[in-house]
Amino acid sequence: MTLALYVPTGSPVHRAPAGAKLLTLVAVSVVVFAVPTLPVVGGVLAAVVLVGLGVARLPPALLGRQVRAVLWWLVALAIVTGVVGGVAGAALVVLRLLALVLAAAVVTATTRVTELVAVVEWLCSPLRVFGVRPARIGLLIAMTLRFIPLVAERAERIREAQAARGGTVRGIRAWTTTAVPLLVQVLQMAHTTAEALDARGADDDAPPARPPSRGRR
Amino acid sequence: MKTRDLAYVALFAAITAVLGLVPAIQVGPVPITAQTLGVMLAGSVLGARRGFLALLLFLVLVAVGLPLLASGSGGLSVFAGPSGGYLYSWPIGAFVVGLITELSWSRYNLGWALLANVVGGIVVVYAIGIPFLALYGDIPLAAAFTGSFAFLPGDAVKAVVASLVAVQVRRAYPVIERPRRAAASQ
Repeated sequence: MTLALYVPTGSPVHRAPAGAKLLTLVAVSVVVFAVPTLPVVGGVLAAVVLVGLGVARLPPALLGRQVRAVLWWLVALAIVTGVVGGVAGAALVVLRLLALVLAAAVVTATTRVTELVAVVEWLCSPLRVFGVRPARIGLLIAMTLRFIPLVAERAERIREAQAARGGTVRGIRAWTTTAVPLLVQVLQMAHTTAEALDARGADDDAPPARPPSRGRR
Repeated sequence: MKTRDLAYVALFAAITAVLGLVPAIQVGPVPITAQTLGVMLAGSVLGARRGFLALLLFLVLVAVGLPLLASGSGGLSVFAGPSGGYLYSWPIGAFVVGLITELSWSRYNLGWALLANVVGGIVVVYAIGIPFLALYGDIPLAAAFTGSFAFLPGDAVKAVVASLVAVQVRRAYPVIERPRRAAASQ
């Protein structure tokens, strides 16, 4: 399963720290909104494309896919802004959207998921004040990635069981007759997972309690 | 937060991801997906705090580059696009659904469920997504507002489904337990 959108080419952009890339992305989005003139926004877009294709050596098809994903938006926004603000206004909005989407795509394609998770943990560290433990984010992500196929599998099994009993309900009823047993099952599964983790010492705020001494000599 | 709460949060992030596998209906630029059903169910079943965290976790997973959104898209681009506002609204929407659910928990029925899911899952999502789109695209608020009416029928159906499911799950496996007092005692 190709779950990640990362494209390794080993370029300098790939080696740059994830935090720096995210900061650049924020800077790009501030600039294209703060200075809404065609040369600036066009220049930013050109720079993004140059970095993505030239420096990061990403396949042009990858950026093309991103453009195709927002193509409908481009057309709709161009028409609406074209009516209100003329050709220049429409061009500005289209160029801005392209610059933002492509810049984000370059960051995503050049940064490993693990590096971005590390940045997320770092960003969450001030939340310690509210009792959030950043180290738990890794556990949360691992649990979610495990639950996704499990939930899909349980849903399929419930549908099969219902089909075997000859039930073919349609519409809203079809949703509820699947969703209720599915939710009860997966909530129980999550509860069991949590108990298993707790049994292995995941719930302790303090370091885990000392193991019982009777096993030792 | 107990480990059980973390597991529930991860579970509803996963459920929202699985709802993305349900085929989407493309209406112009934005796909009508089942994923806002995840927003409603997370709030209705887990309550405000855990529902909020579940959707936040889902968005973090999308942001770090997992293609979990309905169209198989993901990464930072979707947050930088014009429909990003709808995504940002999801954790807040789940929080509002959960808040109304918790406040009405002792007398919770289909009516309260519908109120919670319509206010949190539709009104809040539109109230954030539409102005974001208008600012982003430099288009009048009214135009952005009119454009999003295409989603209203689908969202209404989702609110009904989420409410029917929430009422039955509360009877079979209640996760919210006397929320106000439980929160105070922890």
